Amino acid sequence: MTATTAAPARRSRRRRLDATLIVGIALVAVIVIGAVLVASVGRNFFSPGNIRDILTGMSVLGFVAIGQTLVILCASLDLSVPYVVSLSSLIAADLMAGNPANIPIAVLAVLATAAVIGLANGLIVTKLKVNGFIATLGTGLIIKGYLDTNYKGTSGEVPWAFQVIGATGIGPVPVSTMIMLLVALAAALFLARTRVGNHMFAVGGNEQVARLSGIRTARPLILAHVLCSITAALAGLLLASRLGVGSPTVGIQGGYDLLSIAAVVLGGTLLMGGRGSIWGTIGGVAIFAVVDNVMSVMQVNPFLKDVVRGIVIVAAVAIYTSRSLDRRRPRFTTGATGTTTPDAAHEKEASA
Amino acid sequence: MSAVSSDRPSLGRRLADLGRMLVSPRGAVFLLLIVLLVAIALLNPSFAEPGQLIRFVQRVSPVAIVAIGQYFVIVGGEFDLSMGSVVTAQVVIAGNLIGQDDAKSLPVLALMLAFGAFIGLVNGLIVTLLKVPSFIATLGMMLALLGATLYWTGGAATGNPADSFREIGRGGIRDLPVIEILPWSVLVLVIVLAVAIWFARRPFGRTIIALGDNAMTARYSGTRSWWVKTSTFIISALSATLAGVLLVGYAGVHPSVGRGYEFTAITAVVLGGVVLGGGRGWVVAAAAGAFALEALFTLLNFAGVPSTYRDAVQGVIIILAVAYAATTIRARRRGRALETSPGPAPTNDTSPAPVAKEPDPSPDPARPAHIPSTQRADNETKGGS
Repeated sequence: MTATTAAPARRSRRRRLDATLIVGIALVAVIVIGAVLVASVGRNFFSPGNIRDILTGMSVLGFVAIGQTLVILCASLDLSVPYVVSLSSLIAADLMAGNPANIPIAVLAVLATAAVIGLANGLIVTKLKVNGFIATLGTGLIIKGYLDTNYKGTSGEVPWAFQVIGATGIGPVPVSTMIMLLVALAAALFLARTRVGNHMFAVGGNEQVARLSGIRTARPLILAHVLCSITAALAGLLLASRLGVGSPTVGIQGGYDLLSIAAVVLGGTLLMGGRGSIWGTIGGVAIFAVVDNVMSVMQVNPFLKDVVRGIVIVAAVAIYTSRSLDRRRPRFTTGATGTTTPDAAHEKEASA
Repeated sequence: MSAVSSDRPSLGRRLADLGRMLVSPRGAVFLLLIVLLVAIALLNPSFAEPGQLIRFVQRVSPVAIVAIGQYFVIVGGEFDLSMGSVVTAQVVIAGNLIGQDDAKSLPVLALMLAFGAFIGLVNGLIVTLLKVPSFIATLGMMLALLGATLYWTGGAATGNPADSFREIGRGGIRDLPVIEILPWSVLVLVIVLAVAIWFARRPFGRTIIALGDNAMTARYSGTRSWWVKTSTFIISALSATLAGVLLVGYAGVHPSVGRGYEFTAITAVVLGGVVLGGGRGWVVAAAAGAFALEALFTLLNFAGVPSTYRDAVQGVIIILAVAYAATTIRARRRGRALETSPGPAPTNDTSPAPVAKEPDPSPDPARPAHIPSTQRADNETKGGS
């Protein structure tokens, strides 16, 4: 990638560019490699149909990853998303029951349910002081138990008026992807322009400092969990609209918990919180979609796809961290000390 | 839980100490385990017979061994999500390479151990040298390894190792007086646990805890942190290999054997009071966490709860257990902030002195321990480097 010889004085300015820039460069590289590979089997990577496939593949994971970005920015995790996705698709399909008049009620019910789940996650993390990993693993298992007990298979029926959302597009761009990008835009504006959005960075970066600066540290975290569950519910609605029914296993089959976290990290957001961007995440999701699409076109064995996916995740994050290591703030490279001044720790880190 | 033992202090100092230990986050898992075992025995008296109990231990031992391996990774401040895939891969390797040929058992066993160590080494080097967060590194390994295994087998169950090899998982020393049979897997578990306890007390084991507690102080006190961290991943992959050997005998060869083991192991370790993010925890408690989890499932079975609710109950239990530990530690720290030492942490008396202290950057002496505890609970627990 690009050279790293920026003068320290200019570093802070370049840094902001680089986080998403690297993801963009990686995405372009993946697209170029993919296009060459696809061309080698005599197909056109940039044909409208193929672009449409890629964009369609982005939309569901994109929704989940947007919410996951917010949670990870706050230095938490959400492992309950696949179950929220499944539950949402079921509630939506059951309530709609094939009748277009029920669509608004069903959508509202789904979003309300997801908000309650997210609120529970957030409260468990902030008030009971349970680590986000464990808290959401637990709530996810609870929802899984509910799903397994009450649903034996697909259920409900989605009316055509709602299925249209998942089925139509303007030119090669599916409506679902456009909605996803609008949500991404809203989330990016939320992070950049609102007070709570800024507080999310502060809380994720260093909760103590945030608290001592007078931020109520619980609120951004709870809100992030609520928003994450809501975006997962949007993904569930989209899947219901695509499948025409609700499915109790659709979330788990997609592996949205781990893949969304991988996409977020691939997009340059630090797993330890405090730094990252929505657009980087969208880039990470796009990388996944392109890799998947190329493998599908080339008819790679489905099991080998997982191997490639795993290698891509690790390789991409390795490239990213090796480049940006010296520009991280000290707490992300050294563990947990707030006592050293940033500059001193920075120098030690660089010389170590 | 606290009601059970808080009415004992008048019975003498030792009982009081025991009670305090049992309600502390460090000992709560043992109390939970005892309560669960008693409840099972009440529902189904035959469970308390030695023969049945030893069967129970046999069933738990693969999970417990995986939990012991995961303990070292977690206490060192990282995650290992690849353990389930390692178990699956080893089971499939045993099934396909040994076949019905007894003579191949030992060479293939050696190969499996070498393969496990190699996977752990790769995980560790990706985390330490490439600086990829362990969550992502082992997630990638989990996907890649499982995909490769399934690709090899075509996604179906193939192969069946020789009976002499399967004997490790399902056989034992027969014709013993009280317990009828002493399964090999119980022996393996006892040996692994003993080695783990010994290892955790060695300077190297303490260094792992020190590294998980505060990576920077550990490094300044001369730890080769890359090697210490890498070794924890090797330990966990080797323990997954052992679990795979036991599971081949117990459950047979199938690509779904081992699925979900990573989360089960993490759950068990967390139930054992080990703090995600590293630096706190006791290996015996981690193994006891595995027993408590399995006892919980057995109890639900005997109580006639539909198996689909198992997950939900497991979810509730782990949230409650961690919430209990987190809030208790917080309350204790607040209460005893100005006394000599914050008691519940088992690492304070085992770590070398220079690195044992909590990373406490608080400038305010009136509430010195409160802030780190919340920070530890929320921020430092991702295992990323």
